[in-house]
Amino acid sequence: MLDCGLDMTSTLNFLPLPLVQSPRLSNLPGWSLKDGNAFLDKTELIDLSTVDVILISNYHCMMALPYITEHTGFTGTVYATEPTVQIGRLLMEELVNFIERVPKAQSASLWKNKDIQRLLPSPLKDAVEVSTWRRCYTMQEVNSALSKIQLVGYSQKIELFGAVQVTPLSSGYALGSSNWIIQSHYEKVSYVSGSSLLTTHPQPMDQASLKNSDVLILTGLTQIPTANPDGMVGEFCSNLALTVRNGGNVLVPCYPSGVIYDLLECLYQYIDSAGLSSIPFYFISPVANSSLEFSQIFAEWLCHNKQTKVYLPEPPFPHAELIQTNKLRHYPSIHGDFSNDFRQPCVVFTGHPSLRFGDVVHFMELWGKSSLNTVIFTEPDFSYLEALAPYQPLAMKCIYCPIDTRLNFIQVSKLLKEVQPLHVVCPEQYTQPPPAQSHRMDLMIDCQPPAMSYRRAEVLALPFKRRYEKIEIMPELADSLVPMEIKPGISLATVSAVLHTKDNKHVLQPPPRPAQPTGGKKRKRASDDIPDCKVLKPLLSGSIPVEQFVQTLEKHGFSDIKVEDTAKGHIVLLQEAETLIQIEEDSTHIICDNDEMLRVRLRDLVLKFLQKF
Amino acid sequence: MDPECSRLLPALCAVLADPRQPVADDTCLEKLLDWFTTITEAGSSLLLLQENPCLVELLSHVVRSQDLSSRILSFSLRLAGIFAAQENCFQYLQQGELLPMLFGEVGPLGGAAWTAPTVRSGWIQGLHTLAQHPSALRFLAACGAVDTIFSLQGDPSLFVASAAGQLLVHILDLAMRGPAEGHCSPQACDWPACAQKIVGHIEDSLCSTATQQVTQALSVLTTVFGHCHGLWTQGLWVQLSPLVARLLEKDPVPASHSLVDLLLSVARSAPSSDRGLWETLAQTLSRLSPTQAGPLALGILKLQDCPQALSTQAFGLLLQPLACVLEAAAQAPGPPGLLEAAAGDSMTVDTLLSSKSACVGLLSCSLAHLGLLQPLPQRPSPWPQAPLLGAVVTILRLCSGSAAPTSDVGGRLCAILVGCGRVQRAALDFLGALSQGTGPQELVTQVLSVLLEYLVSPESSSTVLKKAFQATLRWLLSSPKTPGCCDLDPHTQLFLRELLPVLQKRLCSPCWEVRDSGLEFLTQMTRHWGGRAGFRQVLLASEVPELTKQLLRDPESYVRASAVTATGQLSTWGLCASPECPGAQQKSQLGELLHVLSTDSEGFPRRAVMQVFTEWLRDDHGDVAEDAEWFVARVLQAASRDLDWEVRAQGLELALVFLEQLLGQCGSHCPYAVALPETAPPGMLAQALHVLCRVQLFEFAFRALFDCDRAVAQKSCDLLLFLRAKAAPCGSLQEAGDSPNVASVEATLQRWQAGEQGQPLGYLEPRAVIAVLRSIDLEGLRDTLAESSDHVEKSPQSLLQDMLAAVGVLGENEADCY
Repeated sequence: MLDCGLDMTSTLNFLPLPLVQSPRLSNLPGWSLKDGNAFLDKTELIDLSTVDVILISNYHCMMALPYITEHTGFTGTVYATEPTVQIGRLLMEELVNFIERVPKAQSASLWKNKDIQRLLPSPLKDAVEVSTWRRCYTMQEVNSALSKIQLVGYSQKIELFGAVQVTPLSSGYALGSSNWIIQSHYEKVSYVSGSSLLTTHPQPMDQASLKNSDVLILTGLTQIPTANPDGMVGEFCSNLALTVRNGGNVLVPCYPSGVIYDLLECLYQYIDSAGLSSIPFYFISPVANSSLEFSQIFAEWLCHNKQTKVYLPEPPFPHAELIQTNKLRHYPSIHGDFSNDFRQPCVVFTGHPSLRFGDVVHFMELWGKSSLNTVIFTEPDFSYLEALAPYQPLAMKCIYCPIDTRLNFIQVSKLLKEVQPLHVVCPEQYTQPPPAQSHRMDLMIDCQPPAMSYRRAEVLALPFKRRYEKIEIMPELADSLVPMEIKPGISLATVSAVLHTKDNKHVLQPPPRPAQPTGGKKRKRASDDIPDCKVLKPLLSGSIPVEQFVQTLEKHGFSDIKVEDTAKGHIVLLQEAETLIQIEEDSTHIICDNDEMLRVRLRDLVLKFLQKF
Repeated sequence: MDPECSRLLPALCAVLADPRQPVADDTCLEKLLDWFTTITEAGSSLLLLQENPCLVELLSHVVRSQDLSSRILSFSLRLAGIFAAQENCFQYLQQGELLPMLFGEVGPLGGAAWTAPTVRSGWIQGLHTLAQHPSALRFLAACGAVDTIFSLQGDPSLFVASAAGQLLVHILDLAMRGPAEGHCSPQACDWPACAQKIVGHIEDSLCSTATQQVTQALSVLTTVFGHCHGLWTQGLWVQLSPLVARLLEKDPVPASHSLVDLLLSVARSAPSSDRGLWETLAQTLSRLSPTQAGPLALGILKLQDCPQALSTQAFGLLLQPLACVLEAAAQAPGPPGLLEAAAGDSMTVDTLLSSKSACVGLLSCSLAHLGLLQPLPQRPSPWPQAPLLGAVVTILRLCSGSAAPTSDVGGRLCAILVGCGRVQRAALDFLGALSQGTGPQELVTQVLSVLLEYLVSPESSSTVLKKAFQATLRWLLSSPKTPGCCDLDPHTQLFLRELLPVLQKRLCSPCWEVRDSGLEFLTQMTRHWGGRAGFRQVLLASEVPELTKQLLRDPESYVRASAVTATGQLSTWGLCASPECPGAQQKSQLGELLHVLSTDSEGFPRRAVMQVFTEWLRDDHGDVAEDAEWFVARVLQAASRDLDWEVRAQGLELALVFLEQLLGQCGSHCPYAVALPETAPPGMLAQALHVLCRVQLFEFAFRALFDCDRAVAQKSCDLLLFLRAKAAPCGSLQEAGDSPNVASVEATLQRWQAGEQGQPLGYLEPRAVIAVLRSIDLEGLRDTLAESSDHVEKSPQSLLQDMLAAVGVLGENEADCY
């Protein structure tokens, strides 16, 4: 199984979970606060207990892991890099924390009944398969799921049941993010998911190892192909500065790891030039502290520039300095210390980007009424208009600068030119322009041969057949071989051995010695056990030069010989003897009527031209 | 030649001839050649050689010697050429058989030295200088030089190859000058043998299958038609044009670049009645690919008198790519676009779609060519202003991805052009150029909206943004004035309302180039519209003035400089003021800029401040006028300590403006005026001098007079001369000449001149100033300063001495040699 991401867009159908009772939200007309939170998780497609291995490519792509590994009979192994697991744990922890700290007195599920759902207002009534929506997992489930993960490092080769070898490679997108190579001796499949060619904090993408792939499975491209991250960062900074200068506050709904590191680094360089040094930056998340500290200790997973800093020794990320100088402060939640230190105008980074739960809900309620304030969306996962819907009417300014560093289509076409896979497999959406911009032919994958696409729940046969297997020969057996050179550079030897197959590994072992012929009875018994080692006829090789063959026939007294050319070779006709010799590339037939003597004579003449071994 | 040089020359020649004493510096040899050229231009070369036999000895030694360095050999060849340019000197050298030995087959031509490009180049240049008279032609023919030049056209060194081509043209011109003078257009069969040989070679090359040879022939011909103006050139074209026309029949057309150059060169020199030429041009336009034909079309359209049909064809060709874009992007086949004649050319469409680089190249060249054409008086008429605007707007929309073409071609164009900075820049430049014409209001609205789209878009790179700002400025300033109203029209007003928030955001950009272009745009807008109520109202309602003030402390010095200039403009128009207390705000601008002047670590912002201050003083800016004396004193004080010479020079400029305001206009504004500067009436003068003393202008000017940077000293000298002239009739002050004050001032000045500028001058009295002014030899100082700093070192004598000293021949240096 490749990745198990969690589609959380269904949360947008719910009302926000406020930290304090919100009179506005609870007094909304019609469908008031009802159900908790639920996430789409479709598992009927596959029996999860049959999954042996899950390969995780980055921390965003493992958020559904507890749903997969818990209560499904899953007994396999999950492979992921260390930062992926650690930061993934933080993201899950934050999610669980956000949900659990606002317990619900009641929970409704009757509406999921199809008959009732039909009566609901759009978009709820159009939501598909709401019956499979589930409650958020618990911390216990998270821990149990994470315990099934085996840690791996970049370029480490992991044998899976002898059948294939898998290797994670740096994908340049996030700390510890990886692409995977899945290969046997003769086939190579690359799984490219969430990769970036931009120079941000993670180790750069390893492209060279993707070369010579038979199939390249491509997914996790940028969600916003029309927005270039550099421009968006510029936009982010300008709008932030404008707001703060006017005495307004800036709210940045974000995940606790990832782009936030780059944003803090940009701000570190920018705030002095923009005269913002006195503005406090707050980072509020249950895992804020761990996230900031983890980022500093994963030096080996960082880009070269940051790695070298560690040897100076300096912290690789400048947010350490921001914290030291008190420009950046982090808090687990808005309760406690934060309320004492809180100073406006300020910039707040907090979750969750869906605006449905987490501390961000509080700030939306707090600042939404003033047009001085701005909310800047940087995470591309959610439609910002839908996210804002429950907060309307809203006076605060909304700026959408999605920063998605994953591959865009130009970079994909460069990558494919560089890597040159035989076949590309990708989701159907990537093979046509986005529906909203159907004229943008540049916003699709353009490669030769055209990419094979797949859609939801489709079974796709990868375009290659396993034609060869590698077989090992035991040393003592190899010693006994006597190769014969039949052409310069090509030697042949016959082997008699026992093929031993276990765990998809094939080994040729020396055949057991035939038992000593001590007695008739015993011998018979032995032959039952031991495979028959017949004396083999010698193998023949070489080709028959027709002209010389005819001359030889004439020398041996055959006359009236005719040669006919056929599509595959020649037919030599001995008309007198009513015999026909059919010589083809890989076979020779002597056809004569019941004259075994003649046949043997002719056979011997044919054999003179061939090598035996 | 002066005697001292004559004395040094033999030693130098000996050094040059000695292979054991290498001349280290090539530039010395070049200077030496320059010097000999000057001497021979002024007098007889023959006399020079006779008076300095060492020169001929040097040449004959070079001829004999085997182991000379290639640069000395090259030098000698060029030197011989300089001498032999005069016919009598040529004869003189011929007597000694020197010239064949240098330039003939027995010379370096066959030897090992010939492998050095510098020798081949020297050989060509020598012959080029030498070929000035009929004897030279005979000599060239006799020694078979022309064949060698033919082969040198294909030399691996580009310099040699190009010089060989030029030499051929020179020889051809020289050969034709004789016969052509009398006749009108002689037949080719009457031409001198030498000319016939060269023309024959050109003909052969034109027929060659090797593109390189064709290129050589075409470039020689281009030079002929560009530089030779004899009537014979017309005959030559008549003879060669069929061969050139034959090139057009080949596929692909060989050496298309050179062919275009040649045809344009011929077209510029030929009489307009030559129908054959126009036909060839028309044929070439249709034969070349759209990319190759672009420069030709532009060249044709620049011609003064070209047939209407041809210029229509050429213009159509330039318009084709834009027509294709318009057609491809059209939502429906609506009203006919511009260029019916040009539309839908399949070759252009093919080129546009063949590859990204071809498409980008063709479009940006077309846009650039049309942009060059737009301001010319002979541009095609009627100029299709509206369709062009439509096309450029479409291109810009395709580049930004906001256009949604429905056609297949449109879709592919869109995929190629999205995000292409080069086309965006070219299109924005052209759009700016188009602002000179008018257009229907709805198109102008479209133009402004696409410009706004670019200014807003986070995808616009800093260079694209800069161009977008420039184009916006041009369009805004060219917007029509509402009749009977001096303010902005409602469309512009509306646009400004949308523009200012964008400018505000751009001024906060993390990219300094963007902040800088934003400020430049603001400065220009304010300069032109600072007085318009509509503009003032929108600007004051925004935070732009406040942001500008903050950018005075930007970390990037260029941005600070631009912020200074912008603040200067805003303040001039009273746009910094907040409504509450205008006076205080305004004062703070002056304070801010003074702060920049005295503390900024970089030169650019400080220079900008000085320029703003000078402008303020000149324009009688409110706060400056309030207490001009205090202002000037403060500024001069800060400027005098500045390490940047431009700041000090600008300080003198400011001082001059102040002087003029006190004493009346300076004569130097019109350097050719005959009248003497008007003198000021004595009473006013005395008063003015007191003021000048109080602001310590003299201390500043005197210090500048001895500034280590010549430009500053010169400026100060002019200023003091002007002042002295103004003060000339002030007899009553004269008697102070010997007061102790004057003596001490003069002593201080002498120390300053010697480089000890530590001591202050102290308070000066007007009388003392006048006395000191009279005692300093300002005219002498001005003449000294007018000479370039290396005037002593530039003399030929110094050159010879340096060269000798370098190899240690001069006696006085011997002790230094180990």
